[in-house]
Amino acid sequence: MTSTDLLLQQVINGLSLGAMYSLLALGFTLVYGIAELINFAHFNVFMVGAMVAMLTLQGFGLVGQETILTGLPLVGTLLAGFAVAMLVCGGIGVGIERVLLRPLRGVKGPAAMITTIGVSYVLFNVVLLTLGSDAKNFPNPLPPIVWHIGGAVLRLREVLIWVIALALMAGLTYFVQYTRLGKAMRATAQDPEAARMMGVEVDRVVMTAFFLGSALAGACGMIFGLYYNLAKVDIGFAAGLRAFTAAVLGGIGNVPGAMLGGVVIGLIEAVSGQTIGTAWTDVIIFGLLVLVLIVRPAGLMGRLAPNKS
Amino acid sequence: MSLDILSPQNEPLLQFRDVNTHYGDLHVLKDVNYTIAAGEIVSLLGGNACGKSTTMKTIMGVVRPTTGSVLFEGQPIERLSTSARVRRGIAPVLEARRLFPRMTVFENLEMGAYIQPRGAGFNEDLERVYSLFPRVKERRAQLAGTLSGGEQQMVAIGRALMARPRLICMDEPSMGLSPLYVEQVFDIIQAINRQGTTIFMVEQNAAMALQIAHRAYVLQTGVVVLSGTAEELRRNEDIRHAYLGEMQVGVAA
Ligand SMILES: Nc1ncnc2c1ncn2[C@@H]1O[C@H](COP(=O)(O)OP(=O)(O)OP(=O)(O)O)[C@@H](O)[C@H]1O
Ligand SMILES: [Mg+2]
Repeated sequence: MTSTDLLLQQVINGLSLGAMYSLLALGFTLVYGIAELINFAHFNVFMVGAMVAMLTLQGFGLVGQETILTGLPLVGTLLAGFAVAMLVCGGIGVGIERVLLRPLRGVKGPAAMITTIGVSYVLFNVVLLTLGSDAKNFPNPLPPIVWHIGGAVLRLREVLIWVIALALMAGLTYFVQYTRLGKAMRATAQDPEAARMMGVEVDRVVMTAFFLGSALAGACGMIFGLYYNLAKVDIGFAAGLRAFTAAVLGGIGNVPGAMLGGVVIGLIEAVSGQTIGTAWTDVIIFGLLVLVLIVRPAGLMGRLAPNKS
Repeated sequence: MSLDILSPQNEPLLQFRDVNTHYGDLHVLKDVNYTIAAGEIVSLLGGNACGKSTTMKTIMGVVRPTTGSVLFEGQPIERLSTSARVRRGIAPVLEARRLFPRMTVFENLEMGAYIQPRGAGFNEDLERVYSLFPRVKERRAQLAGTLSGGEQQMVAIGRALMARPRLICMDEPSMGLSPLYVEQVFDIIQAINRQGTTIFMVEQNAAMALQIAHRAYVLQTGVVVLSGTAEELRRNEDIRHAYLGEMQVGVAA
C-alpha cells in the first residue's frame, strides 16, 4: 500500500465513523436546541439500539457472519433491523422525556442533566444484567463485496452505511425545514415563548426532538453493529463522547453543524490514528475542539439555541 | 369616571375580573378589571414596569393570574393553555416584535397561521397581509432577523393576522420606530380594526394611541387608576401632564 492508498483507506474509514458520529451528534443537538439540555442518556440509548438491532437480526435467524442474504430478504432484514432499533430507541427517548424530564422542566439548575446521567446508568445496567458484558457477535448478512480503489478497499458495508446515514440526514433536514412540526421545532429553538404564542404545543415539540434524536441513535446502533460486527454493553461511552464533541464542534443546537462536526471528527480519528497513532486520537480531537472553541466559541456553524433577550 | 365602562352597543369580547398576578413575591396586577368590547380599539397606557406587558402575558396564558378571572367571549379562559387561547381567536403582537430571526419572513407568517389548517384560507390570509404590507411581500424570502425594525413590526402584525384572530393584543407596536413608521403602523391598526378585528394595545406613546383608540385604561403600579373614552382621557388634566407631554408642549409654545 502506498501512502496515498493508506490515506484513501483512512478517509473511507473516517467517513464511516463520521456517519455514525453525525447521526449520534444530531440527537444531542436536537434536544439541546429545543430543551437546552445535554441528554447524557443518549450514550446508552445508542448502545441499547445496537442490542435491539442485534436481537432483531437474530430473530430473523441470522447468526454472526455466517448467514449471507441477497436481494429482497437482505433489504427486508436490514430495514426491519433499522426500524425496530429506531422505534424502540425513539420510544425510550420519549419515555425519558415524558416520565422523568417533563416534571423537571422549568426547574433551574442541573436536576434534568443529572437525571439523564442516572437514566444512562439504568440503561447500562439493565443491558448488563440481561445480556451480559461480553462482546457479542453482531449478525451481518451483507455479501462480502469489495471494490479496490488503487490499494484501498471499499466494502459494501461502508457504502451501505453512507447511503443510509445520508438518507436519514436528508430526511431529518426535510422534516425540520419543510414540515409544520419541523418549523415549530425551529421556531421553538429560536424563541420558545413566542412559539408558544403562535399556538405551538411545546410538549409536542420537545417530545418530537427526543423521539427523532433517540431514533437516530437507534439507527446508529444498527450501523455500529454492521460496521464492527459486534455489540457490547460499554460501546456507548466512547462513541457518545466523540459524538457529543462533534455536536459542540459544529455548534450545539445547529443541525447541519452536528453533521459536519461528526464527519470532521470521524476523519480526524481515522487519519490521525493511522499517521500519528491511536494513542493520540483523543488528544488531537479534544485539542482541535479547544482550538475551534477559542476561535469560534459558538462552534463551526454557530448555535441555534434560544434567544436570550 | 367609572373604572369599568362598557361600550354600549357591543358584547364584551375580553374581560378581566379582579385579576391579580404575581412573579414570586412581586405583586404586579392588583385587582385589575378591563372590559374590551367586540370591534373596539382599546389602549392600555402606563409608565415603565407598571404591568402592561404582564397584562398581555396574562391574556395569552404565559402568566397565570393568582386570583381573578379572564373571560373571552363570556367564557373563563384563565385555565386554558396558550395554544388553546390562540385557537379561540387571540393573537399577539409581542413587545420588541419577537420574530423568529433565522426563519424567513414567509416562514414567520406560516408560524402565525400555525393553528390554521393549511389550504385556500391560508393563501387568502397571505394575500391580505401582502396587500396591507407590500413591503412584507417584497421581503418574504429574507431572514426575519435581517429586517429593519419597521419592517419587523409589519411582519409581526402580519403574523398575528395570519391566525385569523378575533382579538389582537399588541404590546407597544410603536416602540423603536421612526415617526413615519409609527404613523403607518397606527394607520394599519385602524384599518385592521375596521375590517372587524378587536385590538387591545399597550402603548407608551399616549398621544398617538389616544388618536386611534376608542377607549383607554391607565395603569399605575398594577392598579387601573383611570379609564374612559379616548376623548375623555385626552381632556383629562392628569393624563395631559403625565402622558401627553403637555408641560413640554407648553414650554415650547
Ligand atoms: N418573568 C418575570 N419575573 C419576575 N418579574 C417580572 C417578570 N416579568 C416582569 N416582571 C416584573 O413585573 C413588573 C411589571 O413588568 P411588565 O413587563 O408588565 O411592565 P411593563 O408595564 O410592560 O413595563 P415596560 O413599559 O417597561 O414594558 C416589573 O417590575 C418587572 O420587573
Ligand atoms: Mg412592557
